[in-house]
Amino acid sequence: MDKVIVAQNLSLGYSKDEFIIKDISFSIDSGSFVFITGASGSGKSTLLKSLYGALKPETGSLVVAGVELKGVNKSKLNLLRKHIGIVFQDYKLIKEWTVEKNIMLPLLVGGYDKKVQQDQVEKLLSHVRLKHQALKYPKELSGGEQQRVAMARALSNNPVLILADEPTGNLDDYSSQLIWNLLEGANKDLDSTVIVVTHHIPESMRIEYKHFHIEFGKIHERI
Amino acid sequence: MNAFKNHLSLVVALLGILFSLQTFIIVERAIDAYKQNLACNYSLVVVSKKTITEKTFQKKYKIISNVKELAPDNVIKKLNSGIDKKNIELLKLALPKFYRLKLLHYPSPDEVNSLTKSLLRNKDIMKVETFTKSHDSTYKLLLLFKNVITVFAVSVGIITILLISKELKIWQFKHTERMSIMGLFGAPTWLSSAVLFRLAIVDALIASGLAFIVFSYLSSSDWVIGELTNVGISIKIFDKFSDFSMMLGVALLVSLLLASFIVISHKEEV
Ligand SMILES: Nc1ncnc2c1ncn2[C@@H]1O[C@H](COP(=O)(O)OP(=O)(O)OP(=O)(O)O)[C@@H](O)[C@H]1O
Ligand SMILES: [Mg+2]
Repeated sequence: MDKVIVAQNLSLGYSKDEFIIKDISFSIDSGSFVFITGASGSGKSTLLKSLYGALKPETGSLVVAGVELKGVNKSKLNLLRKHIGIVFQDYKLIKEWTVEKNIMLPLLVGGYDKKVQQDQVEKLLSHVRLKHQALKYPKELSGGEQQRVAMARALSNNPVLILADEPTGNLDDYSSQLIWNLLEGANKDLDSTVIVVTHHIPESMRIEYKHFHIEFGKIHERI
Repeated sequence: MNAFKNHLSLVVALLGILFSLQTFIIVERAIDAYKQNLACNYSLVVVSKKTITEKTFQKKYKIISNVKELAPDNVIKKLNSGIDKKNIELLKLALPKFYRLKLLHYPSPDEVNSLTKSLLRNKDIMKVETFTKSHDSTYKLLLLFKNVITVFAVSVGIITILLISKELKIWQFKHTERMSIMGLFGAPTWLSSAVLFRLAIVDALIASGLAFIVFSYLSSSDWVIGELTNVGISIKIFDKFSDFSMMLGVALLVSLLLASFIVISHKEEV
């Protein structure tokens, strides 16, 4: 099976003398659904940052969708990012844009035509139950609503790889279930590889998934 | 309202720059016009043994605009008593020639000095009268005036640049976040900074447009024209084509530099 992510002797950190992720090797099959767990501060977000190229490998190599991220140049990285949908732990919505336009961002960057953009946004807004908030600004939404906007944005251009950092952290059971259904749908119907950082793996999962756990800077698969 | 506030600060700063620049230019022009006036009234007197034609003067000294021979009749009249006509003619020939030299522009003391020296090198020229004293003090006054205005314009410029650099921090803060987020979804720099450049261009247009209105009004205002005529200066306060192009150019340059600075100093945060 094709690998969408291959890490070899990968170390990550924010300074040269202290690594958060230490010399790990793992790979993820394309089309799989992966959960990453670990204690707070263990380095889950740090690992995700490296997958979308915001944090460069300190040692070893990291290949995402065929692109070596060690020493990658800006234009190659931009090209890769167009195919990755990210839900950030702190959402990162654009303050001065409406909900609608925020969701459109990946489509704007991808240069899709207006009609496609509009249709896709309509569809996603109804999937995350936010149709009535389309023209609001992020600060006019609740935390959970913002999180759902971030989810919709990550899915809007049917990315090859979806990275979600605690996408249900702020949601009640009903909204959480909505998100899990969306992620499962993207994985099943669009064949997107989905990597989710979470503290609780939902019991309702209807599809096969893998589970990695991060501890003391190392990653282990839990079977 | 919000959109208005977005534009206000940069537009005000740009207006500050444009106003001080145009004021400086107007003063430059006024001083030049005044110098021209002075040049018309200023002249040197040269005493020469032999006739020197205007052409000879002008060929040697580019600065000389016009030469006039002064008639010696007055001098002769005083000596007139008891000299017969024939002798007067002879005397006229023997008497030195007096020339009044007008200059193209108002000379600096150095120019006067070197011109005098150079003229005296000619063996026929006996004396050069430059009226140095009055000339010097007027010139110094002019220079002082110009320096004061320059200091004024430069201080306004510095203050606006300080204002802008403070504004820059706010801008940077405001735009950095959006640019970072767009970058995380693969937007190239030209796309993530497009808004910034559009804002910069629009602000430059607004500022130069406002300056255009104000200066057009001033240059056609009866009061301003009257005041200038009183001082005896007739200058163009605002040229709707060349001055406006200059303003537009400066405003665009400043605001685009600002925008580029923000884009260049932008770093993706981790
Ligand atoms: N931008 C940063 N600069 C310096 N250190 C950082 C930065 N971000 C995270 N860290 C450090 O890296 C370590 C791992 O942080 P990370 O955000 O990856 O944890 P996490 O597993 O996602 O935790 P949580 O479950 O609380 O989100 C922490 O000790 C944190 O202090
Ligand atoms: Mg985290």
